[in-house]
Amino acid sequence: MAKPASTLSRQVDAVGSWIDQRIPISSFWKAHISEYYAPKNFNIMYFFGSLAMLVLVNQIVTGIFLTMHYKPDAAEAFASVEYIMRDVEWGWLIRYMHSTGASFFFIVVYLHMFRALMYGSYKSPRELVWILGVFIYLVLMAEAFLGYVLPWGQMSYWGAQVIVSLFGALPVIGDPLVEWIRGDFFISDATLNRFFALHVVALPLALIMLVVLHLAALHEVGSNNPDGVEIKKNKDAQGRPLDGIPFHPYYTVKDIFGVGVFLTLFAFVIFYAPEFGGYFLEKDNFVEANPQVTPQHIVPVWYFTPYYAILRGVPDKLLGVLLMGAAVMILFLMPWLDRSKVRSIRYKGWGSKIMLAVFAVTFIRLGMLGVAEGTTAETIETRFWTFMYFAFFALMPFISKYEKTKPVPERVTS
Amino acid sequence: MKRFKTPTASNLTMRLKLFCAAALLSATSGLMAAGGYEGLESSGINVQDIASLQRGAGLFMNYCHSCHSAEYMRYQRLAQDLELPEEMVEENLIYGDREITDYMIAAMPDNSSDWFGKKPPDLTLKARSRGPDWIYTFLKSYYLTDEGWNNKILANSAMPNVLWQLQGIQRPVVETYEDDTGVSHSEVTALELEQAGLQTPEEFEQTIRDITAFLEYMAEPVILERERMGIWVLLFLVIFTFAAWLLYHEYWKDVKK
Repeated sequence: MAKPASTLSRQVDAVGSWIDQRIPISSFWKAHISEYYAPKNFNIMYFFGSLAMLVLVNQIVTGIFLTMHYKPDAAEAFASVEYIMRDVEWGWLIRYMHSTGASFFFIVVYLHMFRALMYGSYKSPRELVWILGVFIYLVLMAEAFLGYVLPWGQMSYWGAQVIVSLFGALPVIGDPLVEWIRGDFFISDATLNRFFALHVVALPLALIMLVVLHLAALHEVGSNNPDGVEIKKNKDAQGRPLDGIPFHPYYTVKDIFGVGVFLTLFAFVIFYAPEFGGYFLEKDNFVEANPQVTPQHIVPVWYFTPYYAILRGVPDKLLGVLLMGAAVMILFLMPWLDRSKVRSIRYKGWGSKIMLAVFAVTFIRLGMLGVAEGTTAETIETRFWTFMYFAFFALMPFISKYEKTKPVPERVTS
Repeated sequence: MKRFKTPTASNLTMRLKLFCAAALLSATSGLMAAGGYEGLESSGINVQDIASLQRGAGLFMNYCHSCHSAEYMRYQRLAQDLELPEEMVEENLIYGDREITDYMIAAMPDNSSDWFGKKPPDLTLKARSRGPDWIYTFLKSYYLTDEGWNNKILANSAMPNVLWQLQGIQRPVVETYEDDTGVSHSEVTALELEQAGLQTPEEFEQTIRDITAFLEYMAEPVILERERMGIWVLLFLVIFTFAAWLLYHEYWKDVKK
């Protein structure tokens, strides 16, 4: 005979079921965590989704504490950041976690996106997972740009000046639009105030909402995997995918290991190289914003430099802006540009493999050229890589359709 | 002049930590070097050397602080971090009626821009915006011409060479050349010590190295703490990661069979 349950555990169960009859917590947990079946053959590239979530939480939590001490006022902003660095208990750690987190967010997101390109995670039925992801990327770029303005250093100021003035290239509405964004005739206290509001309230809300939708869409269609095989096609008697394992505990423990590796690298940068040689915190941003003094070399932070290179490579400002915009927007079309029968790069032909490798080189090289001085030779090289960037997308429909693919296995390999 | 304590970082664990910090730092120095100016000498500072920072603080107060402020830095923080008694800092390093908790504002009056043509810049964050190598090379590169003091790194600098009594007087070696269009240019190619100062060149290099180290510390006072703390954080995370790896393998045994 079973031992009777203790009074305490019966009471806990009673409270649990009382809640469950009113709000579906346990069925939610089952659907999305303990009985969400993920393919068992995830490789290292599949760590970056959960890591992106971790960084998002890090940015929100450290951001809340920074907001308690930061002053969104052109006269006080710069000094308030130094106050956080010197006089606020652990303020320096919170600030470095936030500033380093911004760069790590992009490292993680770029790898996450590259994973999707490798294994065709944007292909049917996951088009909306990808499109929502591109929206997250767009909002993230805006969020990062606005955040970079807040310390009110020279790069904050002049970076904002350059980026906001890009909208001025648009015909007719350009100039009034720029004025409307700045809230003034130049980057000023009014601009700083609204950028603060957008950075700490509006865009984080949008970001969280998009992440929820991204995950909802993912859990509806199920995760892709390195073989690009649909695991739902082969199920056991209970209707569980044969190649699937419950997300919890299998992927939760695996992701905790990933988190450990990630945090070790993250902590190394925070404690030993928070400026990262001027790439994460630019040297000129330790000089307070001064509208009268233009820095010699205005460069955006590293994660924008591939697009900045594309912009600079075009002699005409409007065309440059349009091309830069197109470089980001073209990502939305990925699900329809890839016309291959197979998802994963493993079973695609040589054409696709070479194109993807060249695209990776292109993106990195454009990023390097974006921080360069911009000599004539560099400008010519930038144009070559800009061409290659768009060639990746333009040639994809033809290469993916006509190349010879390898047979895809029925079940996942591991 | 002031007397400073000898460094207390003599016990073994401290040395070990400093060694690890230095090793980790040198691993990233390749990236650090990618930062801008040409012809800079390596400053060779060790920001964890408290004795060097103490000497640098004394030199800063005597030679720099009468004109230059450090408006984000408090005297008290300096006393704590450099292991100096507050009374000693109050008596020897603070001028006028300033309190130990005050920010380090220079004694120079507000109309000081009349003296040199521009207000002496604040020095709190100079080491972060320019880098220590720039500061070190700048302090070393003053020379005297008939028109007065000039600097090889920062041409026509408004600041005279305040350290000339220690360094002596350097004269420029000027090379004149004609470019393709026939216009002649002159360039300072080297500096020669014409009149010896109170210090030998080696002693003077250590002097400006101490000032540079102090400026590096002042730009980010927490650098002392974070480099010591980082070792323990990393150690914890490595152990955590290893434990997580064991847990992962334990759970995944039944998946991988």
